Amino acid sequence: MTLYTSTVITPQRRSRVWSKIGENTAYALGLPVLLVVIWGIWATLAPAQFFPSPTELVEAFIDTWIGPAFFTDVLPSLGRLAIGIVLSVLIGIVAGTLIGLNRWLRELLEPMLEFFRAVPPPVLLPIAVVLMGPTDAMKIVVIVIGSLWPVLLNTIEGVRSTDSVMTETARSFAVTSMERLRFLVLPAASPRIMAGVRQSLSIALILMVISELGYSSSGLGFQIVYFQRNYLIAEMWSGIVLLGLVGVLLAAIFTLVERRVLRWYHGIKEVERA
Amino acid sequence: MPDTLLTVQSLKKVYEASTGVVEAVGDISFEMKRGELVCIVGPSGCGKTTLLKCIAGLLRPTAGTIDLNGNRVTSPPPNMALVFQEYGRSLFPWLTVRGNVELPLRHKTLSRAERDRLVDDALVAVGLDHAHKSYPWQLSGGMQQRVAIARAVAYQPEVLIMDEPFAAVDAQTRADLEDLVRALHLDRGMSILFVTHDIDESVYLGERVVVLSKSPTWVQEDLAIDLSAERDQITTRALPRFTELRTHVYEQIQRAKRGEAVRPSA
Repeated sequence: MTLYTSTVITPQRRSRVWSKIGENTAYALGLPVLLVVIWGIWATLAPAQFFPSPTELVEAFIDTWIGPAFFTDVLPSLGRLAIGIVLSVLIGIVAGTLIGLNRWLRELLEPMLEFFRAVPPPVLLPIAVVLMGPTDAMKIVVIVIGSLWPVLLNTIEGVRSTDSVMTETARSFAVTSMERLRFLVLPAASPRIMAGVRQSLSIALILMVISELGYSSSGLGFQIVYFQRNYLIAEMWSGIVLLGLVGVLLAAIFTLVERRVLRWYHGIKEVERA
Repeated sequence: MPDTLLTVQSLKKVYEASTGVVEAVGDISFEMKRGELVCIVGPSGCGKTTLLKCIAGLLRPTAGTIDLNGNRVTSPPPNMALVFQEYGRSLFPWLTVRGNVELPLRHKTLSRAERDRLVDDALVAVGLDHAHKSYPWQLSGGMQQRVAIARAVAYQPEVLIMDEPFAAVDAQTRADLEDLVRALHLDRGMSILFVTHDIDESVYLGERVVVLSKSPTWVQEDLAIDLSAERDQITTRALPRFTELRTHVYEQIQRAKRGEAVRPSA
């Protein structure tokens, strides 16, 4: 019941905001910088065939990925990843809302959804290839089939658990069903939905790589395997670093969107903690 | 226009639980005139909320009828507004104060300017015009309940139904909010049906107090409150007549609790 406090949040002053950002950046970059330094010293003292030094890695990174490879391998991979994520989120939210709002549909589908969710999506890859060929569409379908579930199941749960008093309020004020969806059901479910999206992002990245491993002739995943098989160790590592950077970028974009969408939610949490 | 606004006739509500049948409301009948402020008071667990939800069209009665303005209530009627006890759960935390007050007006065919005017007017009426950009969770409990009242006022209902609205706020805030309800009733002529378990509150606010029996519920007494329309927390509550009335209602509630009151045979 701590929700009902009289705290009024005033925006922080600008100078404090900037010093806070500086402090956060220092914390975020401190450990990586330290590790790179240790790794650099280690690699100079004891060179190893499978572990290039940071400078070699940076060179390999620039030579491999900055140039035509960016357009033939990286961009297409990222494009498929983006389309896959957008489709998973859209399908997950639309289908999840429908299923969450209709009890009979939910009871009909739920056991089946649990079953499909439990199937590891990579095993569907060979089937997808047979059915669709090694096309972009196939890779996107593999990404969507794997990363759909967290969004879908979280949306169902979120929509179903809409507060009963809020629902009664909307009913008593004769709020139309479209408005109810927009102003009540979806916002109420949004914390759950965003939690699902967060899980989906990492699954989508994994599946982007996997979908390119065996049945492809371009793409980030394909290139990494190609380098591995040809003992281009520094290049292989540079690909792995690039994947990591893509993951960080995804997380950063997600955080930005999440802060906007769930501003109220974090606000309540802050008030409750205070 | 008919003088009678709300008619509740032989209302009965039976819940079918897994443990058996529970008769929450036995047989309730009363009327409410246009522009009246009626308080409903009864012992705890007497089915006040059930009665309210039936009147609001949120629950379907097992038997009996409810007419608002001559129209049978079977679903939430468009000319009725509700204020719930749980303000924290009835305001939408993702909308600002203004957004919350405005939401029920969206489906009414109003011009933008007209809608803004109604929202501003309602926020001024509850004394929250300075906080329209805040979010409900940034406000105190009493202020949140004011937002809920503003939302109901902006909706321009023919009847405002309040379900123990001040049960969860502190005593000082409660006194302020009681005066706000009196002011809305006097200045705007709003018809208000106010459910409470607080005997003093029912006598202070109401022009009539309907005393309910314990469950299965029927109307034990329908008491006219003959205090002047201008009421004041200090002077009104100090009047001998106020004390008489509250003692009378108190005794009725005690009788209701003990089950001494005998239901007149229909």
